[in-house]
Amino acid sequence: MKHPVTLTINGMAHAVEVESRALLVQVLRDDLNLTGTHVGCDTSQCGACTVLLDARAVKSCTLFAVQAEGHAITTIEGFGTPEQLHPLQTAFWEKHGLQCGFCTPGMILCAADLLSRNPDPSEVEIRHAIEGNLCRCTGYQNIVTAIQSAAATMRGAQAEPAAAAATAKPAGQPAGAGV
Amino acid sequence: MATLFGSGIKRREDPRLITGTATYTDDVKLPGLTYAGILRSPYAHAKLTRIDVSAARRAPGVVAVYTGADIKDRVVPVPCAWNPPNCDLKTPPHPLLAYEKVRYVGDGVALVVAETRAQARDALDLIEVDYDPLPAGVDPEKMAQAGAPLVHADVPKNIAFTWVVSGGDADKAFAEAPVKVKQRLVQQRLAPTAMEPRAAVASYNKGTGQLTLWATSQNPHIHRFLCSVILKLPEHRIRVIAPEVGGGFGSKIPVYADEALVGLASMDLGRPVKWAEDRSENYKATIHGRDHIEYVELCGTKDGRVTGLRTTVYAGLGAYASTAGPGIPTILHGLIYSGPYVIPNIHGTVYGVYTNGTPVDAYRGAGRPEAAYLVDRLMDLFAREIGMDPVETRRKNLIPKDRFPYTSATGIIYDSGDYTAALDKALSLFDYRAFRAEQEKARKQGRYLGVGITPYVEICGSGPSQVAGAIGFGGGQYESAIVRVYPTGVVRVYVGVSPHGQGEETTFAQIVADEFGYPVENVEIVHGDTEATPQGWGTYGSRTTAVGGSAVVTAARRVKDKAKKIAAHLMEANEADLEWKDGKFVVRGSPGTGKTFAEVALMANIAWNMPEGVEPGLEASAFFDPSNFVYPFGTHVCTVEVNPETGNVQILRYIAVDDCGRQINPMIVDGQVHGGVIQGLGEALQEIVVYDDDGQLVTGTMMDYAVPRASQMPHVETAHTVTPSPVNPLGVKGVGEAGTIPSAACLVSAVCDALAPLGIRHIDKPLTPARVWAAIQQAKGGLQ
Repeated sequence: MKHPVTLTINGMAHAVEVESRALLVQVLRDDLNLTGTHVGCDTSQCGACTVLLDARAVKSCTLFAVQAEGHAITTIEGFGTPEQLHPLQTAFWEKHGLQCGFCTPGMILCAADLLSRNPDPSEVEIRHAIEGNLCRCTGYQNIVTAIQSAAATMRGAQAEPAAAAATAKPAGQPAGAGV
Repeated sequence: MATLFGSGIKRREDPRLITGTATYTDDVKLPGLTYAGILRSPYAHAKLTRIDVSAARRAPGVVAVYTGADIKDRVVPVPCAWNPPNCDLKTPPHPLLAYEKVRYVGDGVALVVAETRAQARDALDLIEVDYDPLPAGVDPEKMAQAGAPLVHADVPKNIAFTWVVSGGDADKAFAEAPVKVKQRLVQQRLAPTAMEPRAAVASYNKGTGQLTLWATSQNPHIHRFLCSVILKLPEHRIRVIAPEVGGGFGSKIPVYADEALVGLASMDLGRPVKWAEDRSENYKATIHGRDHIEYVELCGTKDGRVTGLRTTVYAGLGAYASTAGPGIPTILHGLIYSGPYVIPNIHGTVYGVYTNGTPVDAYRGAGRPEAAYLVDRLMDLFAREIGMDPVETRRKNLIPKDRFPYTSATGIIYDSGDYTAALDKALSLFDYRAFRAEQEKARKQGRYLGVGITPYVEICGSGPSQVAGAIGFGGGQYESAIVRVYPTGVVRVYVGVSPHGQGEETTFAQIVADEFGYPVENVEIVHGDTEATPQGWGTYGSRTTAVGGSAVVTAARRVKDKAKKIAAHLMEANEADLEWKDGKFVVRGSPGTGKTFAEVALMANIAWNMPEGVEPGLEASAFFDPSNFVYPFGTHVCTVEVNPETGNVQILRYIAVDDCGRQINPMIVDGQVHGGVIQGLGEALQEIVVYDDDGQLVTGTMMDYAVPRASQMPHVETAHTVTPSPVNPLGVKGVGEAGTIPSAACLVSAVCDALAPLGIRHIDKPLTPARVWAAIQQAKGGLQ
């Protein structure tokens, strides 16, 4: 049986019909072609499917699509664009926080959640916060460095006058991103 | 002008990867796409007595169902492509889908194709299979004994091959040596666990007879070659595309039945077919690594000179010989037994053993971490036996700098090295004496600190191709590149290698941009498409930069040679009088004038004014076949504290000193080391594929298979020495696997050092708290 649902993703409403059993990640990828969200396991261990749900990181393989109705979803596609990167994306790039890139969207969104709650995390806090996101390439080291770097950038942006901070915020970022 | 070679510039791959705009195989969508699912055996060993697919055929959305019996006469069994010489390798047929019996949990039994993923999955549940279970075994040593269950009826004692490596006279050395140590080592099965599971999309056009296959492949040309064999389709009718590939670590080298199956289905249906494994399927059906049981021994003098090494190794191959499977515990393992040491007498016997486990093939390091581990464990035992400091024991036996190129007892020639310098560098970053003092103090307080110091060498960047043939590898080991310059001067480089996270779109562009005096933005690297790129052999064995990069620079220099001829003509000068300076061809002594590379490129492409006898266009191809392998090396240091109450191992420091020759992009080099080290530490501390006694896979999900998490792993301190390789024009070695080679050995050495006061000599990895605790209890006499 299919259910009509309206999902708000990256600030846009999408009306879709989904099976009861359809996971959010399947609808994002297969129905809405938002393939930046990845599937790396089937037991909610790897975090490759992490998206933001009302600014909190959730594993979109652990959520039925019907449960997402009424919430603001942010995927990596809505987080920043190649033309206007979010500071976390910039930091992952500059600090070599990725290799094959498969875990990266989930890792970035998990980090966004962390920094929204803790703008100045220690290395231990970062490693704890991302332990639900697996990476097989980097050994995590440069991911930690990237998150620290982004945190510093974002703290700096917040410390500046309001006008400057407004221009530092990426365009097109939905309110739900909360970073 | 500053060169890009040696500069840690940001990666050019990253913008698409950090914004979710990259295309991995499972992201590929085509009109009319169907979805495949594969029914896999839940038994390790069973006769197939009945398969009923009628209900599945009638299920909603199902367009086709295949069993092994349906297809066995239409395809060639999955080939094994590495047949080492003089070992009498037996490779019984490996059907794409089992039809008489299943031989491991995960063996394919049926293929369903349906309109949606969910329908394919549902239909798999409707297939009725009667299995008649048979005795099974997964332990390679036990399976090689008389009376063990036979995986293949025509392979006695399951011994697929017996391979011997010998140099000097090991028996004489052992007979004469005053000191001997020996140990049984278990090098456990590991699951590579690339974060992207395997996937394939096949699209066959019945009109053109052309099959396009998107696949998670480290080597699309090998996939084209072997799929052509399996499907009996001419090679030029197959195009293989490895789009973005989410890590491989060896697991995406082999050609599996699965890719060929979707190809076959698409050829029948005339519609595209996608298959993407989930993680549980990945743990069952994607190759595993290691799986050795080893009896190893070392002999030497009382003053610490090693004189001989002997091994007997039972190497599990799993149920079938995978693409490169037999080459891993032989050529890539036994030939480098002596590691960085002078060991004049070596004898090793390796039994390749079929078991009722998932096939075993290359996993990061592939044979070399196993070799590095055994020689390092033996060095520790030897040092302890003679009461000599373990670092001094190792130092005394390192191959001296003045003996390179060094020919080992096993007959391989190490290209270049300065192993003592790497050891000294490591010790300059780590105060060994201070640590020993601290350890002594801690021991008095009942605390257990330990250090492992592990020099290593590996063998990679294989070549020349003649040697690949001699060692039974079923292909060449050269690499290829085409450098094509467009009229506006921008450059595309088409390469036969197929990186999947290692960053060669950046490092190769650095090489080419330097040759042409360009910013890196002017150069694009194209890989992973057999239609676009020249024949190559892929990305594995840390060969991509050493071999592929050398093809790139060779082609670029050919282009530049032609450009110089054209520049001389345009400047009405003698070619001999031209030099390349500040990004221009200039007449020596007249720096004011000159032609940039871009100016020459335009003329070459429009060809209005060319030198006599010079063809229009500006491109060149190169096939680089190296004269020898390369031998990266280094020394790693690890310190730990072991909690005697819980058995928990805490890593205090990890220092990696690696020498991969000249470095093109140091940032990328360090990233490779970080990842490699953590994989080795995962192997040392927590990773193990577990089967129960019946061959049932226990670690079938990420909840059970312990991939390292950020909170469990240390910060890795990196440093380097630089010893150029003489066997390629770049002077590079390779660093993709380096971190993994010594790190498991280094950690285990540190833990055994910590527990030395208890008399503990060795504990088999992974050193989980339970294993360490049990070893402590046993040593204290509390656990029998």
